[in-house]
Amino acid sequence: MLIGSSLTMAMAVRGAQTNKRAATVNWLILTMILGTVFLGVKVIEYADKFEHHHVPGYNFQWAAAHEAPAAGGEHAAPAAEGAAAEPHRELALNGDQLQLTTQIYFSLYFTMTGLHALHMIIGIGIMLVITWMAWKGKFDAEYYTPVEMAGLYWHFVDIVWIFLFPLLYLVERHT
Amino acid sequence: MSGHVSPVSLYITIFLALMVLTVVTVGAAFVDLGQFNFLVAMIIAGFKASLVIWYFMHVKYASKLTKLTVATGVFFLAILLGLLLIDYASKGFTSMPMPLS
Repeated sequence: MLIGSSLTMAMAVRGAQTNKRAATVNWLILTMILGTVFLGVKVIEYADKFEHHHVPGYNFQWAAAHEAPAAGGEHAAPAAEGAAAEPHRELALNGDQLQLTTQIYFSLYFTMTGLHALHMIIGIGIMLVITWMAWKGKFDAEYYTPVEMAGLYWHFVDIVWIFLFPLLYLVERHT
Repeated sequence: MSGHVSPVSLYITIFLALMVLTVVTVGAAFVDLGQFNFLVAMIIAGFKASLVIWYFMHVKYASKLTKLTVATGVFFLAILLGLLLIDYASKGFTSMPMPLS
């Protein structure tokens, strides 16, 4: 979605560079639509996390932590299920520890995706202004710097996601 | 400011390359490479980011000063991440009480 919106953004800049006002406006609108769809998916994702008590804090609950043998005061009981699923590594975390460590992951998850989403909302705001200006015919092949700048910002947000995606969604997937 | 106008075909090519690399990233994540999974994912991501910076952000056609500025940003980012990772990697050096034994 985001890579696609980077493409449409690049096309919008190209439209401005080649004096195609309508094309610029259309590509910008398409970029905003793709960005909004991305944010929509994010909303569904967040709603799902809330539903499953994966938001760090008082109500955080990691299902695996409760499937694991009750820890009680002893910290010796390993999570049998986790250890069985991953025989090649020593996963000796009890329920309480799993509860703690997964919470760290979800804290990072919400901070990073949240900050990224905030940047996207700002980006869409910038693009609304740029689209309006392009509609008024303020840009041409001689002067299109604002379109280019908005594009740079949008590409930057895309680059951040290129790194965040494997970091947050694909870590330890192979185990 | 009337910069270089890239052909549409180039943009499409870069887009397709980025999509293919995304699929490769996902595929690579399911292969057990031990601690190299992270490295592979980051190398692919770095390559993708380079494509975006070089072609979508038009750095390829920019002045040497712009290129130097971009390189400076990457350089300082590397310093910051390097220091962060030094801290992270050395966490186990001391025998401080930790919630995980």
